[in-house]
Order: sequence, then structure tokens, then C-alpha cells
Amino acid sequence: MSFLIFFLLSCLKIAIVLAIFLGSVAYTVLLERKLVGRIQNRWGPSRVGPFGMWQPMADGLKLFLKEDIIPTNVDRPLYILAPMIALGCALISIAVVPFGARITWHGVDMFEIADVNIGLLVILGVTSVGVYGIALAGWSSNNKYSLLGALRASAQVISYELALGLSLVGVVLRAGSLNLRTIVDSQSAHGLLSWNVFGGYQFVAFFIYLMAAYAETNRAPFDLPEAETELTAGYHTEYSSMKFAMFFMAEYANMITVGCVASLLFFGGWTSPFGSLIPAFGGILLQAILPVFWFVLKVFCFLFLYIWVRGTLPRFRYDQLMGFGWRFLMPLAIANIIATSLWLA
Amino acid sequence: MYLVLFIFFGCLCVAGALNLLFQRHPINSALSLIVVMSSLAVLYLLLGAEFLAAAQVIVYAGAIMVLFTFVIMLLNAGTEERTSGSAAAYIVGIPGVGVLVSLLAFIFLSARSHLATARLGDYVVSTSDLSKVLFRNLLLPFEVTSVLILIAILGAVALASKEH
Repeated sequence: MSFLIFFLLSCLKIAIVLAIFLGSVAYTVLLERKLVGRIQNRWGPSRVGPFGMWQPMADGLKLFLKEDIIPTNVDRPLYILAPMIALGCALISIAVVPFGARITWHGVDMFEIADVNIGLLVILGVTSVGVYGIALAGWSSNNKYSLLGALRASAQVISYELALGLSLVGVVLRAGSLNLRTIVDSQSAHGLLSWNVFGGYQFVAFFIYLMAAYAETNRAPFDLPEAETELTAGYHTEYSSMKFAMFFMAEYANMITVGCVASLLFFGGWTSPFGSLIPAFGGILLQAILPVFWFVLKVFCFLFLYIWVRGTLPRFRYDQLMGFGWRFLMPLAIANIIATSLWLA
Repeated sequence: MYLVLFIFFGCLCVAGALNLLFQRHPINSALSLIVVMSSLAVLYLLLGAEFLAAAQVIVYAGAIMVLFTFVIMLLNAGTEERTSGSAAAYIVGIPGVGVLVSLLAFIFLSARSHLATARLGDYVVSTSDLSKVLFRNLLLPFEVTSVLILIAILGAVALASKEH
């Protein structure tokens, strides 16, 4: 009986989280179009619904109804598999992200799908497998631009994965655990002052993580795999309809995951920035929901930053990208590990 | 429950390995190898070695195999041609494999009483326990191995930069 309850509640959690996640992916696209519009001194989408609020629905419907063209001479199985890998890996990593403090109901964690001891490594592993989606899409499309985009993406992801993984070591050293809940708990003592980015002196690690994560998600200013001016659209040039939409969703889902990881590791996750300065108010329900509000607010700030950076910074040149990753970020990440170890020792 | 998972991923692992041999295109073989490595990671997880499972996915499936596919894509390797194989391979190879498998099976079966047994999903080795073993009991072999890998990296760099 308890297994049945566990199974049903887990399915319910997965369904709810997936629905909210996909909804936020759709509205991140709208947020990006609105903000980039404002940065470029125009309105952005404003016709469909109030303030263009129904634009994501219209876009989704349009992509769903479009003709799905598969060019001749593509490697069909891989061509179809590639967007599924990309989107699947992007959606899996949200399963280990905790949204709030541990509150159990019938022995089931309410604010996290799966509380695993190695949550951080699971996210890193799933992201590192996600690059196959891009690589195989480019290779199977039988198109020069796609192949070049895929090669760039693979090289870029391998290069920046090192800096990304090394930048997180400092945080793991401080918390002494790879469990995301334990990492958040280790920075919850005095609100804002005990967050890893301020009180933990991990601001260098945070900036390394942020830049490496931008490169990992193929976002501006590291969006060379889909540089419009050189490669038309890079790895997804030959994709149309829902297959294109799957790559698109994967990109924005990865952005949200990066925001979640950054909030959990460096900005205290769901904990309030005021710590215990504000006494607990409201009922027990409000106290359970409030952490989720802080978490969502932090993730929203990261998405805002992502779009802001995209709207203001020009793209790197390829040799600059590689030099920056290998010669600057990686030594800096190693120096940060040594400094953190010495400080903790 | 654990047995079902073990049988499923064990079969997936073997099927991936066979597919790796029978595929003609290198990229399909590389993808089969990724399946093999990922199912091995699940088997490690069933034995309670969660850090090893994650490292298997990150290092082998995520980094090394990306390099494999990268090189295959870069060289634009085509479908390989099948030959019927040499007669020597059939005469020596197949009995050789048979002898090797039966020898290994014999050794494992006869030494079974001395070997420790592990039951699926019985325990979890935490990352801190693993690091205690690595950095206390096995410190010297661990550090020597890392120096060995460093030497290999330096050698590769030296070979690559020889022309300049």
C-alpha cells in the first residue's frame, strides 16, 4: 500500500513539475522577446492577448500545426532521435532540483521529485549527455552548416564543462556534500550573509560558473553553434515543426536549470535573504509556500540576466572562445579550489 | 524490483555491446558504446556505488564518447566495408574465446567461496566513505595513478606540438 501511495504521489509530482516547467519554458520565450524588444527600443509581441500574454500559446499551436519536413539523404533514425535526446536531457535534470524545504506528506517529499545524495553530479551528468542531441542533429542532417554548428557545439561544451565542474568544487568543499538540500542548508544560517556567493567567498566560482554555463547552454555571447551570420541556424538548420520546437524548448529548459543550480549553489536556494530578521508570519501553508516564492524569484533574476546579456553583448570569435575557456576560466577555477581548500583547512 | 532492473540493464548492456560489433557505421557503433556505458552506470548504482555511477556517466558517456563522436564527425568517416575475415581468425579465434571464457568461469566458480558477495540495492556507499578509502588507505596508488595520467597528458601535448 505504501509503495502504491509513493508511486501515485511521485507520478503526480512529475506531472505537476513537468507542466509548470514547460509552462515556464514557454513564458521565458515571451520574456526574452519582450525584454530584447525593450532593449532594442521596440515593443516586442503585443497583439495576442493583453501585453502579448497568449503569444507562447499561438507560437506553440503554429509550430504544432506546421508541416514536418524531413529532407532526403538525412540519417533518419538519428535525425529523429536527436531532438528527443536534447529535450529529454533538458527535462530530466529538473527531477533532482529541490524547490523548498523538506516537507513530507505520507512519507513523500513535497517539494522535490527525487532527493538523491549525488544530486549535483546527476545534473552535471545529464547535461553532459545532452550535447549528443546537438552533435547528432548536426551530423545526421547532411548539411555543411549543421555539421559545423554541431562540431562547434561539441568542442565548446567539452571545453567549458571542465571549468563548470571545477567551479562547483569550492561549494561542495564548503558544504561537504553533493546533496543539493545539504548544500542549501549549509548556507541558510544568516540569510543573505551566509550565501556562498557572499559569506562563502565563492563569488569567483560564481562568475566562472555563470560564464561556463552560458557557454554550455549555447547562449549569447557564446552562441557560436547557431551563429546566424555564419551558419544560418547551425545544428537545427534542417529541422522544422515540432522537431525544431523541441530544440528550442531544450535551450530554454537548460537556461532555467542553470538558473536553478546557480540559485541553489550560490544564492541559498529557497532560503529567504533576510534570514531570521523577519519572524515567521501567516499560517503553516504560507510558510510552506514562501520558500518556493524566493526560489522562483532567484531563478527569474537569472533568466533576466541571461536575456540582458543576450541583448547587450556581441558574440565571441571562435579562437577567443577557446582561449577564454582554457587559458582563463580553467586556471582561475583551479586557483579557486586551492584557495577554498586552504581557507577551509 | 532490483533484480528486474539488473536483468533489464544487463541485457541492454550486452545488446549494446553486440550492436557495437555488428553496426557498420562508426557513429552507430559509438552510440552503442554510450548505451553500454550508461547501462554499466545503472549496474554500479544497483550495487550501491552512486559516485562511481555518476562519474561513469560524466566521464565516459559525457566526455570521452563526445570526443569519439567529435572525431568521427570531423573525419566524416564512412561505412566500413565487410570482409569475410581471415581463416586463421576462425580457426584460432573462436576456440580461443571458448577457452578463455571457460577458464574465467572455472576460476570464478572455484574461488567463489573466498570472494565476498554483494546483494543488489542492499547498501549505499556514500561519497565521503569512498573518499576516505581513496585518500587514506589507498592514497599512494591513487596519487601514483594521477601522476601517470598527468605524464600521459604531457606526452600527448609534446607529440601534438612537435611540428611547430
